[in-house]
Amino acid sequence: MNGAKILIESLTKEGVEVIFGYPGGSVIPFFDALYDSPIRFILTRHEQAAAHAADGYARSTGKVGVCLATSGPGATNLVTGIATANMDSVPIVAITGQVKTTLIGNDAFQEADLTGITRSITKHNYLVKDVKDLAYTVKEAFYLANTGRPGPILIDLPVDVQMQDIDFIYPEKVEIRSYHPDMFGHPAQIKKAVKLINESNRPVILAGGGVVISGANKELLEFAEKINVPVAITFMGLGGFPSTNHLSLDMPGMHGTGYANLAITESDLLISVGCRFDDRITGKLEGFAPKAKIIHVDIDPTSISKNIKVDVDLIGDAKNVLGQLNEEIEVSKLLDLSEWHKKIEGWKSKHPLGYKMEESGKTKPQYIVEEIYKQTEGKALIATEVGQNQMWAAQFYKFDYPRNFISSGGLGTMGYGFPAAIGAKIANPEKQVILIAGDGSIQMNIQELATLSTYDIDIKIIILNNHCLGMVRQWQELFYDRRYSGTPLKNPDFVQVAKGYGIKGIKVKKISEVKKAIKEILSYNGPVMADFQIEEEENVFPMVPAGEAINRMIGGMA
Amino acid sequence: MKHTIQALVENKFGVLARVASLFSARGYNISSLAVGETQDPSMSCMTIVVNAEDERMLQQIKNQLQKLIDVITVIDFTHKKYIDRELILCKIERVEENKNVITKLIKQFPVKVIEETDEYFLLEICADTQQIKEILKEVKKIEIKELVRAGKIAIGK
Repeated sequence: MNGAKILIESLTKEGVEVIFGYPGGSVIPFFDALYDSPIRFILTRHEQAAAHAADGYARSTGKVGVCLATSGPGATNLVTGIATANMDSVPIVAITGQVKTTLIGNDAFQEADLTGITRSITKHNYLVKDVKDLAYTVKEAFYLANTGRPGPILIDLPVDVQMQDIDFIYPEKVEIRSYHPDMFGHPAQIKKAVKLINESNRPVILAGGGVVISGANKELLEFAEKINVPVAITFMGLGGFPSTNHLSLDMPGMHGTGYANLAITESDLLISVGCRFDDRITGKLEGFAPKAKIIHVDIDPTSISKNIKVDVDLIGDAKNVLGQLNEEIEVSKLLDLSEWHKKIEGWKSKHPLGYKMEESGKTKPQYIVEEIYKQTEGKALIATEVGQNQMWAAQFYKFDYPRNFISSGGLGTMGYGFPAAIGAKIANPEKQVILIAGDGSIQMNIQELATLSTYDIDIKIIILNNHCLGMVRQWQELFYDRRYSGTPLKNPDFVQVAKGYGIKGIKVKKISEVKKAIKEILSYNGPVMADFQIEEEENVFPMVPAGEAINRMIGGMA
Repeated sequence: MKHTIQALVENKFGVLARVASLFSARGYNISSLAVGETQDPSMSCMTIVVNAEDERMLQQIKNQLQKLIDVITVIDFTHKKYIDRELILCKIERVEENKNVITKLIKQFPVKVIEETDEYFLLEICADTQQIKEILKEVKKIEIKELVRAGKIAIGK
């Protein structure tokens, strides 16, 4: 069996159902083998979109997403997608063709050193120089991608290796002597954590992306309700704890709620689960939870005390560690938290999330997101682009279920949302998949309208069109004296663009049309691209200016 | 503060690049690095001397190293007893007054003349970090034609 077939067989053994990719000279043997394979192939119109689609597939299912591109430019086009997956701990396997082994290092046609380029943005990567190593490499790659802290793995596969013949034997298991992630918290540390919980008067739980990744949402709900502690849900954690639960503080951080940020600032104990204390969460480090002891549950030891000094670290899988804590906690030993809850209720009523809209004025983007939330009853899978659209989606769509929110957090990749939504819809054909985009970011991978139309992928694209790069414009308005440098956009007619790709396009200009338009979009059988004209100078509030403490919020705070 | 740490790594191509790019990507400062095979040819040993501002940074460096898939174990010698050696090869011009200094050095320190030509003496200096410092102080009093230095290696007691 040749290397290309071995790759296909190995992917089949790993349960791969779909590959997102783009052909090219160094992967022709692979595509030839794919021709006879039951694995579904989705041809994106740009390799970057293939990487993001594999990522969206992975985030929405927890399964490993697979993308493939040819050597050189095909492979370098995957790089942004790989870096995006790396920042948000998403399990993908990226396969790249490479020039012949005999030509590597010769500056051959379409040669790029992909293992070198992706070293710092993958969990691990491989250059397979001999076909006898191929099957094991695939096995190891899938194992590494989706165990411990998940992440992207790259396999660089020279074209001649794809053509070499060898017997196909797929290994039963993987043995990596250096890799043994801790799955359970150390019992002594669990006891220490419980002691801190028992002594706390003003505790807050901070739930991060690790809750979603490890599938710990049930355990977290049990934990929070058992110890009766409010939960701030980070951007990456959205859906990991129900936003509509009375204990929810919604999202903390730069564009978080006043009550989440104030609760963290006043807390005497912060129990962080699967959150790596990104600077968008903490703001100025000295001002972050200054009165609190910190318990940090994380599977990755490098997250511990990286940014925030931790008092009790619990290295392990969030689901397991929360299970351990749930067993160890005795409700009778907890302090009465009614004063603390009263205080939080006060903040909630004093600083609610909100926006002002006049019926005669322009449409507010928040209203559109709220209306989508209402009409989908909170059950849709929401993908977003990056910028204001992303923050409004995070603030005004209430996420109650895990893996229903697909967005680039750590890297903040514009152009991510659309292809990621494609991957998510392929993985979840039964779900209503909605992309909330900006007029800037939708154009970063707008060629994927061709992919929608080719495979008739039913995604509803909602463009919040403010004719500018809104988030940067907001910073320019607030901190750069309204000097709108590089941010105004002259856009195409999105309805005509959609039409050109054979997709339904609509334009919504007035507030009075919004409800009906959303109803029409959601009930339409097939993809729609909708251009919502919104208030151009609308800002995302509240906002913590970069480098400030998180209780120093502007806008939306009395 | 300087710390000596040791990483046992898979003896595969690209491992040195992984370690080096980790250090550069995260802004850690390597003051010396020595790599070589161990008694087990499938493993190499890297002895790394790093500059870490505080305990937290040192811990972070160790954790980040350990996170690399090709790194098998990481040992920190900061609070451990160990023996270390550094190696220097150094050419000194062959003139009469240098000869006297070298004779003195040989008596006092682990310094050997391993080659003599009409132009130079070639010295081999093999000692621990502290002693190397003292020796270099003496050597630098005379004119050095050429000096090369290997990274520090260490072994636990």
